[in-house]
Amino acid sequence: MSSAGAPRSLASSGQKSIQDICHPLSAEESALNPGSAGLILPNGTPVDTSSPASSSSLLNRLQLDDDLDGETRDLFVTVEDPKKHVSTMETYITYRVCTKTTRTEFDLPEYSVRRRYQDFDWLRNKLEESQPTHLIPPLPEKFVMKGVVDRFSEEFVETRRKALDKFLKRVADHPVLSFNEHFNAFLSAKDLNKRQGLALLTKMGESVKYVTGGYKLRARPAEFAAMGDYLDLFTQKMGTIDRIAQRIIKEQSEFLMELREYGPVYSSWSSFEEDLHDPLEGVSGCMSNCSSALEELTEDMSENFLPVLREYVLYIESMKNVLKKRDQVQAEYETKLEAVVFREDKKTAVPSDVEKCQDRVECFNADLKADWDRWENNKRQDFRQLLTGMADKNIQHYEKFSIIEVSMLLKLLRHPQNQKEINNIKPI
Amino acid sequence: MLACDYLVCTQASFPFCSLFVIHKYDTTNLTPGIIYNIWDTSLLKKMEISVAEAEKRTGKNAVNMQETYTVYLIETRPVDAASEGTNPALDSLWRRYSEFELLRNYLLVTYPFAVVPPLPEKRAEFVWHKLSADNMDPDFVERRRVGLENFLLRVASHPVLSSDKIFYLFLTEENGWKETVFETGFQAKADSRLKALNATFRVKNPDKRFAEMKHYGDELQSVISQLLRVRARAADRLYGVYKVHGNYGRVFSEWSAIEKEMGDGLQSAGHHMDAYAASVDDILEEEEHYADQLKEYLFYADALRYMCRKHELTQYELEMAVQDLTSKKQQQEELATGTIRTFSLKGMTSKLFGQETPEQREAKLKMLETQIEEGEEQVKERNAECDEFVKSAWVDIERFKEQKDHDLRESLISYAIMQISMCKKGIQVWNNAKECFNKM
Repeated sequence: MSSAGAPRSLASSGQKSIQDICHPLSAEESALNPGSAGLILPNGTPVDTSSPASSSSLLNRLQLDDDLDGETRDLFVTVEDPKKHVSTMETYITYRVCTKTTRTEFDLPEYSVRRRYQDFDWLRNKLEESQPTHLIPPLPEKFVMKGVVDRFSEEFVETRRKALDKFLKRVADHPVLSFNEHFNAFLSAKDLNKRQGLALLTKMGESVKYVTGGYKLRARPAEFAAMGDYLDLFTQKMGTIDRIAQRIIKEQSEFLMELREYGPVYSSWSSFEEDLHDPLEGVSGCMSNCSSALEELTEDMSENFLPVLREYVLYIESMKNVLKKRDQVQAEYETKLEAVVFREDKKTAVPSDVEKCQDRVECFNADLKADWDRWENNKRQDFRQLLTGMADKNIQHYEKFSIIEVSMLLKLLRHPQNQKEINNIKPI
Repeated sequence: MLACDYLVCTQASFPFCSLFVIHKYDTTNLTPGIIYNIWDTSLLKKMEISVAEAEKRTGKNAVNMQETYTVYLIETRPVDAASEGTNPALDSLWRRYSEFELLRNYLLVTYPFAVVPPLPEKRAEFVWHKLSADNMDPDFVERRRVGLENFLLRVASHPVLSSDKIFYLFLTEENGWKETVFETGFQAKADSRLKALNATFRVKNPDKRFAEMKHYGDELQSVISQLLRVRARAADRLYGVYKVHGNYGRVFSEWSAIEKEMGDGLQSAGHHMDAYAASVDDILEEEEHYADQLKEYLFYADALRYMCRKHELTQYELEMAVQDLTSKKQQQEELATGTIRTFSLKGMTSKLFGQETPEQREAKLKMLETQIEEGEEQVKERNAECDEFVKSAWVDIERFKEQKDHDLRESLISYAIMQISMCKKGIQVWNNAKECFNKM
């Protein structure tokens, strides 16, 4: 990544690769330099923080990583090989998490660790805590109703695996989140000592914790207001779709109940018929098969469609929290700025804490905007996948159905009486 | 893709006419082929019959009250082989349901050994919620029209019933037909026979074959009733499934309003969901065809049982005649030889109060002789009646069995084809929706 063509670039970054530059927004850096008013690059050049363009332009360049083909990607993560573990206390599933990377943040180029859902949940929480200005990708739902869904069925486990895989890939592709040390630990540590995170957190100190509450926001910038409104409407629509899907499941289940009654009735009919015995038995068998096909379709709706919908609703909740935090950060800045402006007599430089607040606001806004775009893309992908999946399942169902009916039809037509008539008719 | 090379298509509206057209299976075209009437029929060879229309009429009924009723237009046209190319004139007349009933009752009484084709149901039964139970409902009237036509065609293709004069007049003489029917005096026979049939009587030596047939009729009626009940409930549920999908159409439309790039795909997908929801009406209408075909055999089962009961009646009457003859012969013997074998009050009283005079005995013996002669005649008659009945009935039962097997098989075939067509439509709609989702 050369500096040529980059707007207001950091001239000294020409020789070093992106990976070697400490992320300017990395919390650790500011903790290590408590005294500096601004951020300093490892090579000594101060980062111009007074204009948000500089930090966000760096962000933009880092963001380009996303759109590059696999060659320039330097971190590959997969979730595979689910296995059941039975212990005296509990039964649970673990997944193998494989990592391949050339990043120097990692000690080794390859890792293979086993993680369970709890660990993923821990990771997400840690990311939310340590990167509050970012939108953290969603996880599949934590709780599943026991008795309604079989947590150890192949289908359920596979659906979960895919969702966990998507989660890690999205984190890995994120220019900021992928450098998070909790993520690093998750991918590499042999034993994930979850208390490790706590220690790191206290080390990082106050600068990570944003003060919430107490400040009143004057004017929410239009684009963030729009985001909030959109999320509200979007949640509404998701709720409606959830309800519709549930109703369909209910109606299909009740239809299934009736369908199941057909088989035995046709069977008992065939028992007192002579010539019609075979055809009626055939119809009975056909009805049973149709019942199974419908059952599969309904199950799939419950196990694959609804959970994804619900995950998104939960995810949006966490997104709204991030928006709220942003509002708080802006409110704090505005309040503090007002207080300063008030004191006209003091011709001192803008106090550093107000400056820091301004930084926070601008960084937050930049992070959020970038992540929002990323989120929009992901959302589009996710829903395209979800809905085409639903369409596919319905198509498959009807195809199964018609194959069953066609085979029944062929059996019915194979009667010798029909054969005689068939032979007498000329084709058209 | 479905892996079959040939598909035989059949059309369902004339269940007892078979039709087969074979063509290579083409996923884009699953329309039924042409109907060929390949059953040899008596009256149908000479004329075409159809119930073309239905109309509402108002008039005064028997108790002089205003009533609304429906009349059906029966059209007939002679089938003239010589005049190919020219269209001979159509004859037509109007009849209402009660006249059809009258015709059928006449046939039942006049041809007791026949399995008389049934009429479509008097009132709508086995309905699901969207289907009206109202006799005036246009859908019901339409289905009844089809059922009445079916009835006429079945009678016209029956080897015995088709040559009946009253039936012919029903089709051709609008006025005065009712009077002609009553003139036959069938009602008198009908009343007495009906009373007898409703009475409980025991046959000493039931004919095994008829007993089995009656049992078969019972079972057939029971199983078809069950089937129709399940179908009605299933139709309700299926309707629900399809209609709820229509809600997707609305929410996708609302959702598309707040999206940028995803909007178009969502909106058009929503339209397909609406189309999907609407498609259930056609599907259930076609299924109603199948239900109607089953109903016909439900009522046929009833006709079968009725005929078996009639046979029981003839046999019972024969047994009664034989019994009567035997007892008379016994009386004769006792009187002649003076021995009393069986207990009789007369015997006791005569023992108590003295025997009767030789003249009285002579008179009695003479009376018994005539009675025995008459009795023997009656037994001979009844025997012959029974034999005739059994012979003719069994011929018709065999004919009926073949017809039933053929028709029900046809119904199952057309049901399967209808289901396949439903699947095709479903696949198409979801494919369309999928295309739209892909464009999101």
